[in-house]
Amino acid sequence: MKLNSDNPATLKAENLTKVYGSGHTEVVAVRNVSLAVSRGEIVALLGPSGAGKSTLLALLGLIRPPNTGRITIDETVVFENHEAKVNVRTFRRKKFGFVFQKANLIPFLTAAENVRLAMEIDDQPAKVSKRRAMELLDYLGVAERAENLPSQLSGGEQQRVAVARALANRPSLILADEPTAAIDSVRGRQVMELFAKVAHEQNAGVIVVTHDHRALDVFDRTLEMEDGQLRESST
Amino acid sequence: MNLARRDIQHNIGRFVLTTFGVGLLLMLVMGMGGIYRGLVQDATLLVDRLAADLWVVQKDTRGPFAEISRIPGNLEDRVLAVPGVLSSNAFVSHTMQRERNGKPLRITVQGLSWPQDKGDWLPIVAGHALGQAHYEMLADESLKLSLSEKIKFGKDFYTVIGLTRAMTSPSGDGMAFFTLGDAQSIQFDTSGEAIRLERSARYARAQNIDLGQTQPQTVERALGPASQIPALGPPLVSAVIVKVKPAFNPEQVQSIIAKWPDVSVYSTQKQRQFLVGGIVERSRRQLGLFRMLLIIVSAIIMALILYTLTLDKLHDIAMLKLIGAKNGVILGLILQQALLLGILAYGVAYLVGHWLFPLFPRRVVLISDDLWLLAGIVIVVSIISCVFGIAKALTVEPNEVLA
Repeated sequence: MKLNSDNPATLKAENLTKVYGSGHTEVVAVRNVSLAVSRGEIVALLGPSGAGKSTLLALLGLIRPPNTGRITIDETVVFENHEAKVNVRTFRRKKFGFVFQKANLIPFLTAAENVRLAMEIDDQPAKVSKRRAMELLDYLGVAERAENLPSQLSGGEQQRVAVARALANRPSLILADEPTAAIDSVRGRQVMELFAKVAHEQNAGVIVVTHDHRALDVFDRTLEMEDGQLRESST
Repeated sequence: MNLARRDIQHNIGRFVLTTFGVGLLLMLVMGMGGIYRGLVQDATLLVDRLAADLWVVQKDTRGPFAEISRIPGNLEDRVLAVPGVLSSNAFVSHTMQRERNGKPLRITVQGLSWPQDKGDWLPIVAGHALGQAHYEMLADESLKLSLSEKIKFGKDFYTVIGLTRAMTSPSGDGMAFFTLGDAQSIQFDTSGEAIRLERSARYARAQNIDLGQTQPQTVERALGPASQIPALGPPLVSAVIVKVKPAFNPEQVQSIIAKWPDVSVYSTQKQRQFLVGGIVERSRRQLGLFRMLLIIVSAIIMALILYTLTLDKLHDIAMLKLIGAKNGVILGLILQQALLLGILAYGVAYLVGHWLFPLFPRRVVLISDDLWLLAGIVIVVSIISCVFGIAKALTVEPNEVLA
């Protein structure tokens, strides 16, 4: 477990194990994994398909409970083995931002409304959410598309709106699962650079699961997974 | 930001079509109730309009509407002599079917006690009340007769001098109002040949009895009109309707007439019970069952629609959960859509029904109590219908976004 020396760990995962199935169908997707990520740090998570990257991301994002291990966010223990110690949905809302391969924007809301939604479900006043949504869209270079529906945006624009939504509640951590898989390499690099910018400027920890080795220079650290186990990469 | 409204705006075509479809179903439910109310109103229309205190009818019958009643016309005078009676009028009612322009024309003939009753209490929308003792009629507009039109009933022509509105019999046939004498003439109309045969038979019978042989004048009278033979009496009427003086209790008058061995006497309330309980009851039950089935069908269809709408949004719901939306946000999305669908469909039912129901062959009467009740049922059904959708939405895992 390595920590950014300047910042305390916002995420600490200790000895996480996730097992699917039982008996002869049992698959250990994540095996005894520990890691820590601090605010302002961007970490790449590499590995072949089936290595357990997405499962680890689901554990770290409090989407699935681990079988064993402990997850601590901003010094609050969230999972102790498979037991949730807090309301994980509220915790996700307040502490996390998510970006996926597909932007997963709500199709019946405009770009600005998609960003506002994250804030309004956190009970932020509409006036505040409108202003911040426009600020974020402007920050990510898609302010002129604020009133467009997702179907009217390009893949890259959708991803930028998804990043804006992830940033809406000033999260401690942004988890991105292959966010560049559906876009070309030039735009892919732009998105990776955007994550680095977000990590450094918005002071959020960012973990990006990726297959794309061409943009690894933007990351502070690179971790590699294989057969459910994590190791620090020399890449 | 209202997610339900934004989702509907995004899929407005589908929502409008769905709402219209559910609305038509609800219109059927509304219509069934309206048809029943129409049946009750039709059945009790005349009884209510006449506002009589008592109905004197043939002994042990439930006449004159629920079954046939025949009493002598002069009973009117006998009833008038009872202490406390303000007025007594003979009442004639019968239904006939004629042909007009090649189509069947069913008319319920009502006799008015001319000259006391000229029919000015009727809802006349064109023309005027009866102005002479014979050959005039007031027709309900549902009969589609026009003012000044002359129609032949029996051997005589009758002129339509007034049109009434919404005066139909319990069976839905339009009413026509004549003087009592004309109504009886129409009812007892017989062909010339039949009259001649009857007179000869009468003459033959008179000749063969002692009275005929001793009083030749009686035999001669047998060849004349029946109305001129005192022994035969006046033609029969259906009932005598009685109004009681304000100072008297109708029950007192009723108890006096009830002692007469040749008639039965009922209050207006009892008469209404005969009509609603007898004529309308079976229809009410039938319509009630249909109505209940339609409500169940509507609920199932609404549940299916709302469930399908929820299935379409499962990925978005999973995303909402992933970014930490409370269950209330997701429940609100589904419930608000369900309620909006129900309320708008009810509005469609109401508006389309108001346009369509007057075109129905029988009256469809929408009363506010029924409309409020149905509105309540629609809201309850809307809520129940989205239970499956909500149950499905609550079981969606946020990790489905990762799939």
